[in-house]
Amino acid sequence: MADLTITRFDDIAAQQLEAIDAALAAVRSHGAPMRATSHATWADDRGMNERIKRLRHQSETTQPYLDMERALIETATYLRHEGSVSVPELRGMVLRDYFANKTISIEPGELIVGEKGRGPQAAPTFPELCCHTLADMHNMNDREQVNFRVTDDDLAAQAGIVIPYWRTRASREKIMRAQTSAWHDAFEAGIFTEFYEQRAGGHTCLGSERGVRAGFDEIRADIQAAIDALDYMADDHAVAKCDELHGMLIALDAVTILAERYAELAEHMASEESDAARAAELIQIAENCRTVARDRPRTFWQWIQRYWFIHLAITSETNPWDAYTPGRLDQHLIGYYRADVEAGELTRERALELLECLWVKFNNQPAPPKVGVTLKESGTYSDFANINTGGITPEGTDGVNEVSYLILDCMDEMMFIQPNSNVQISRKTPRRFLRRACEVARAGWGQPAFYNTEEIVDELLAAGKSLADARRGGSSGCVETGCWGYEAYPLTGYFNLPKILEITLNDGVDPRTGKLIGLRTGDPRSFATYDELFDAYVRQMNHFIDIKVRGSNINTQICARENPVPFMSLMTEDCIARGEDYNAGGARYNTTYLQGVGIGSITDALASIKYNVYDHARFTMDELLGALARNFAGDADAPIRVLASRRTPKYGNDDDYADDIMRAVFACFRDSVTGRPNMRRGEWRIDMLPTTCHIYFGEVTGASPSGRLAGEPVSDGISPEAHADVNGPTAVIKSCAKMDHASTGGTLLNQKFTPSSIAGDRGLDNLADLVRSYFDMGGHHVQFNIVDRETLIDAQRHPEAYRDLIVRVAGFSEKWCNLGRELQDEIINRTVQGF
Amino acid sequence: MASRPLIFNIQRFSTHDGPGIRTTVFFKGCPLRCAWCHNPESQSFAPQLMVDEDRCVSCSMCLAACSQAAIARDAAGRVRTDRARCIACGACVDFCPEDVRELAGSPAPSAAELAERLLADRMFFERSGGGVTLSGGECLVQDIDYLEGLCRTLHDEGVHVAIDTCGFAPRGHIERLLPYADLWLYDLKVLDDEVHRRVTGVSNEPILDNLAFLARSGAVVEIRVPVVHPVNDSEEAMRALAACVTERVGAPRVSLLPYHTTGTGKYRRLGIEPGQEAFCAPSAEQMDRLVHMLVEQGLTDVGLGG
Repeated sequence: MADLTITRFDDIAAQQLEAIDAALAAVRSHGAPMRATSHATWADDRGMNERIKRLRHQSETTQPYLDMERALIETATYLRHEGSVSVPELRGMVLRDYFANKTISIEPGELIVGEKGRGPQAAPTFPELCCHTLADMHNMNDREQVNFRVTDDDLAAQAGIVIPYWRTRASREKIMRAQTSAWHDAFEAGIFTEFYEQRAGGHTCLGSERGVRAGFDEIRADIQAAIDALDYMADDHAVAKCDELHGMLIALDAVTILAERYAELAEHMASEESDAARAAELIQIAENCRTVARDRPRTFWQWIQRYWFIHLAITSETNPWDAYTPGRLDQHLIGYYRADVEAGELTRERALELLECLWVKFNNQPAPPKVGVTLKESGTYSDFANINTGGITPEGTDGVNEVSYLILDCMDEMMFIQPNSNVQISRKTPRRFLRRACEVARAGWGQPAFYNTEEIVDELLAAGKSLADARRGGSSGCVETGCWGYEAYPLTGYFNLPKILEITLNDGVDPRTGKLIGLRTGDPRSFATYDELFDAYVRQMNHFIDIKVRGSNINTQICARENPVPFMSLMTEDCIARGEDYNAGGARYNTTYLQGVGIGSITDALASIKYNVYDHARFTMDELLGALARNFAGDADAPIRVLASRRTPKYGNDDDYADDIMRAVFACFRDSVTGRPNMRRGEWRIDMLPTTCHIYFGEVTGASPSGRLAGEPVSDGISPEAHADVNGPTAVIKSCAKMDHASTGGTLLNQKFTPSSIAGDRGLDNLADLVRSYFDMGGHHVQFNIVDRETLIDAQRHPEAYRDLIVRVAGFSEKWCNLGRELQDEIINRTVQGF
Repeated sequence: MASRPLIFNIQRFSTHDGPGIRTTVFFKGCPLRCAWCHNPESQSFAPQLMVDEDRCVSCSMCLAACSQAAIARDAAGRVRTDRARCIACGACVDFCPEDVRELAGSPAPSAAELAERLLADRMFFERSGGGVTLSGGECLVQDIDYLEGLCRTLHDEGVHVAIDTCGFAPRGHIERLLPYADLWLYDLKVLDDEVHRRVTGVSNEPILDNLAFLARSGAVVEIRVPVVHPVNDSEEAMRALAACVTERVGAPRVSLLPYHTTGTGKYRRLGIEPGQEAFCAPSAEQMDRLVHMLVEQGLTDVGLGG
């Protein structure tokens, strides 16, 4: 008889858990790597005092590095519990086990404590979303820009433990498997991108009353009350709700455990500290951590510490796009600020110092490295945290207060890429605040960006929010509008508007591959009128929007099933009351955004065809198609390109001929997307922003009828195509304002000025009035790069001399040296507005 | 019979010709020939072709566009434009891929149409306290019916109107614009009439008379002085100018505009020889000294730049 001894599964798991412990010990043995910056020592770094200069210097001189702790601890949690608990509970356990077992440290001089990884610049990975291959890891270590240190022990852990467990389990694999061949064809052609294949749905900010103020024990009681109120007699989702709410309790325990661990560490360090002043600080840090572990924060300092633990929990639980932000930091803090100052426990300087400490914390968190082609192409380290300063209060009064000015000072002093600070300008905003913001922006590194409060409120009202909730809103990520603390509004991907014209002009075929990926809308030579062409374009657009929406709706559901986020849920209303997850429609409002890219390029392309082929017969459709196929390189193509690129109406010049076409394309895109159901009880809406995707979309798009050559970037945001705008910034603004911003969830406008053009008091006033005028006309957002073209060209030649140069890219700033060559060229070529 | 003016540029977001965010219209043609002029294309009352031959790649796409056979390749194969044959029709401009060719001066649209175009930026004007500036060349020597109609329309629309003038213009023209102009940007160069004739080609007598007339009429005047070494940057020359201003106007705002050399390339592109006299920009220290001196002379509102 065969031997039927049963091997206990526990024994296999035990062996694997031992291997994980060994791998953890190995990866932890490597210290943080260092790198050079243009500040040779801490003393010449930025910051209001020695403490901040040292912390900033440490943050900047530490090389970002891959941190395997989270992936290994998560794998152990899954080995122990998967299958025996519900998914929301399992996800809560992942966070709890990570926070209970991760390495923690308090850096010298820190007043705000806590890191997402093992230390400053450590980048944990999220294999449950997408699992890095060994090639990815070599790539991120070896490439010149935005590299992460990867050790041999990291590679061994990835190869021996993470990849075997997660390769087929990662959401990315499930998402890719769930898609149709039509989706894959369009995705590979570069018609759209898909956010869920790299990170989890994100875009949220602190904002609910509970999220801003409540003690964690109060929230625990709220969740317990919701559990107790479940109706097992009538509610057919009661069990699922119970699982979700228990997941929230576990996730909440995680952050309490972390805060208490930091309290103990601070106490221990205080007992060994020889410097009495530092020992006293450590004791205060311990008290702060112990207080916020369970209770409401009592001081300005404690509020910031509490926020930071929430930030760590949200960004450790999953890898949400655009991380998390405190939202209206100035309004959240003002009550504590005034009370502490009144009580003599806080000075303006100390408050600024605490904010600067928080800024260092944001800067310490690199964005987790992506995978595959996106990893290769993505030139950004930053994990976005878009702080909105100013604006209005939920009651509709002016929101600017003393802390708003402190934040501007902090921003000005620290000059960090993150947090990605902006100001909201409302009709009620004092001129003094607007001018001070313009003054900081004039330093030339793209922050703060300017947002129009009234437009944001209109956008939220148009999307069905209540007035009070709309006033609580703002923009996160790049420019995306949401109702903070009450809404889940993930972005799903960029949509390549110019590429669809290329498909239309080729009767459904992508000329790059020869593949039929669109509809057969007919040979454009047979179109007797411009309207026939435009109809064909709109049919193709709808076709691809159908594919995109269907695909993302599938991914939304996969994400909700595989990766619920109990901690994010308890911070967002009304997830506790509904017993439902943030990713599954538990929030009060649920929007899904699709981001249109290249409106300037598609407008100029269509305007050229209308003007040159149909209205003025300067060349024929056949001649144009030939020239496009040859990328304007044929003998007869040069005159066509000259006419199309320089002697044709263009978007960005306040010329209705082109701007009416922009409006028509915009309206078709918006109307096709807006209102479609999104599988989370909400609807789809559009944004008009590119991040860096206009570079990629340009690479996959052939020559344009506007004269743009194949491979060149398409236009960014709602900005005109490079060199198209020749009538100055007021004309650009007027063209942009012809778009109906209120029916979007955000638009992005870049303007580049030379420093001399906005010099002096007069220049500051002009800049302020330009912003005001655009906002009067209903513009959503504008941001400025204020740097000479010559400086940028020199920086491209001598990057070593410009390690500190920061430029505005899209809805964010980035270090010049971290940008790829194409993106640098694109920024150099944006039209400079001098005056 | 006056003819429709020529315009060589309409500059939106112009911020150095009067307060706030403005749109400035540059009319073509000027009675003065300032030796340091940095807008030489503004002098002639006729359209002119500007060609930047240094940047020309001799692709010869312009050849076919020319109806006068004024463009041809020279022995070295470089594309050359024969100014004697060129009628400045501008046909070649559209075909130049490098934007080497430019036509300075195109007929103004009707006054009503121009006013409508200028109103495009009225939201910016209203926000910033800006408006429209009529400049040149010399706008006051253009068809006065046209100018009056334009200014009246803008004025009636509530737009702030500034006239940027060298002052060498018929008194009657000034009188007709007085009711509609909110600000006169009035250029003065040098008081010594002999020097004035030498460097501008005309006497400053009518200029100073017109200035006094404007002041008497209650017009808001801002004096603008291009400071050019060695013409008028001496303390002596500037003191004389200041005395003249205080006597005629009182203490208006005075802007000193340091000379710059950006106009030199334009002479080449126009195919004309710049004057032989060498000028240079005064030093920053000298500009500061002059500002202080004018303030001491009783001109309390003196600034640098526009």
